[in-house]
Amino acid sequence: MSPIVTLLAQRISLGLLLLFLVSILIFVGTIILPGDVAQSILGQSATPEALANLRRDLGLNDPPLTRYIDWATGVLHGDLGTALTSGQDIAESLGSRFRNTLFLAFWAAIIAVPLAVFLGLLAVRYRDRWPDKLISAVTLASISLPEFLIGYLLMFFLGVKLRLFPSTAIGYRADADVFTRLEAIALPVAVLTLVVLAHMMRMTRAAILNVMQSAYIETAELKGLTTFRVIWKHAFPNSIAPIVNVVMLNLAYLVVGVVVVEVVFVYPGMGQYLVDHVSKRDVPVVQACGLIFAAVYIGLNMLADVISILANPRLRHPK
Amino acid sequence: MRIPIAALIGLILTTCYFVVAIFAPLLAPYGMAEVVGGVWEPSSEQFLLGTDNIGRDLLSRMIYGGRTTIFIATAATILSFTTGAVLGFSAAVLGGWPDQLLSRFIDLLMSIPTLIFALVVLSVMPVTVPMLILVMGLLDSTRVFRLARAVAVDINVMDYVEAAKLRGEGYRWIIFREILPNALSPLVAEMGLRFIFMVLFVSTLSFLGLGVQPPQADWGGIVKENADGIVYGIGAALYPAVAIATLAISVNLVADWILNRTTSLKGGRG
Repeated sequence: MSPIVTLLAQRISLGLLLLFLVSILIFVGTIILPGDVAQSILGQSATPEALANLRRDLGLNDPPLTRYIDWATGVLHGDLGTALTSGQDIAESLGSRFRNTLFLAFWAAIIAVPLAVFLGLLAVRYRDRWPDKLISAVTLASISLPEFLIGYLLMFFLGVKLRLFPSTAIGYRADADVFTRLEAIALPVAVLTLVVLAHMMRMTRAAILNVMQSAYIETAELKGLTTFRVIWKHAFPNSIAPIVNVVMLNLAYLVVGVVVVEVVFVYPGMGQYLVDHVSKRDVPVVQACGLIFAAVYIGLNMLADVISILANPRLRHPK
Repeated sequence: MRIPIAALIGLILTTCYFVVAIFAPLLAPYGMAEVVGGVWEPSSEQFLLGTDNIGRDLLSRMIYGGRTTIFIATAATILSFTTGAVLGFSAAVLGGWPDQLLSRFIDLLMSIPTLIFALVVLSVMPVTVPMLILVMGLLDSTRVFRLARAVAVDINVMDYVEAAKLRGEGYRWIIFREILPNALSPLVAEMGLRFIFMVLFVSTLSFLGLGVQPPQADWGGIVKENADGIVYGIGAALYPAVAIATLAISVNLVADWILNRTTSLKGGRG
């Protein structure tokens, strides 16, 4: 078997193992910790009988292993259980919200990724001159603010003062036409872009600079190629793997940023659903959302590894 | 020793923030939860930053809020560093299966986004200040663990550590007397970055309503309370942005300076 296939198989099975362990961790995290779900739902004034009934209905009296297996088989069959607070089927309520979240994250990625790679290249080209310094300064500023504050700053200045974009996404409808939907998510997308852009740019710059120190780059420079050509023809192809890694890491980070940004802009996505139900202490919903977020995160990291294995010239042409 | 101007500014501003945090009750013009005026009054001589959504003085809220935020972030950073560094050093010195076990467990913890894991845990735990510090500190110690372990692995093969092992010193001596002093500078620089991350983290949790609970003031909470004003063009919710950004940039400047003076090791964000 070629080394690539072996490596890929290893990496994918590792990802699946990780997902399995994470599901245990999330499950254990919500049951072994001293908080009592039944008590949280009914409040301090609940009678002992009511508590006992609720515990029985929720299956809290079963041994943890049985409950985990029930839960995990349910999840594998697409059954995420029912929400404690509303009694609705979780998978059903999650479906459309998950699509909304993907829509938001997709557009943020479409804008942020090419922009970040381009600006990273620019920073390398004009290294230590003003474009590079400007980019570093913006990076420092944007990692010094939490996502939600960047959100409110944009909302205040672009949405309310200048009236360029709708200031909340509350009017978002999944069945509206694409342009209406895009207009509604303009500001959330801008925030997410800003949040990941800085980090991605900085890491792209570092990855290319790293490659730029190789001997073949010096050769290319000595034979008289222009700086941009050296970067484009020689440095860039060799930094694809590290850049892909950077991009995937940041897309994974986007998954988390989405949670906060959705709350800021009142966007009907999964993040808001999760936060709402954490404050209501609705454990099944939290478990389901946590698992999905973790799965996406692990999936993206796994994809990053797979792509960098595929993009590595040394592995593609085994000696 | 000459301190560069940027680091000096950072140092002075950081000190200011900590002084204000410590002496908040003396500096704030009004009480933390005292309703003193109308809703969202503009800034005036009486209320320098105006009033908030239920008529409390915003300047006082900001000062007390800074105290809460900085206190929680500091405590969580200390917890994260003690746990992370001790475990990381031990893993590096012990090697073998304890190292493998710890490292793989940390990998597992880090494969879940920190915020998501914090939300999962806080959905069953009482949301109190000690609990926040505990959750934030322990979740973040994974990153410190990685850095501490990486640094300690390098130091562990140095001659003087070998010498100490040959003289028969115990693990405690090797960790605290040989490795710790030599690993201190990259860790101190990292501490600045972790502290900023903690400030952002606790603000985010409070903003989501799962951090510091009202009427206690904190920067994230102030944003949450006054967010409704934004759509009417009232910028009360934006003051914490200024506070958090200046604090974060100042600490960053100091951390960068320490880092540049010592080593090129650096940990990640998020």
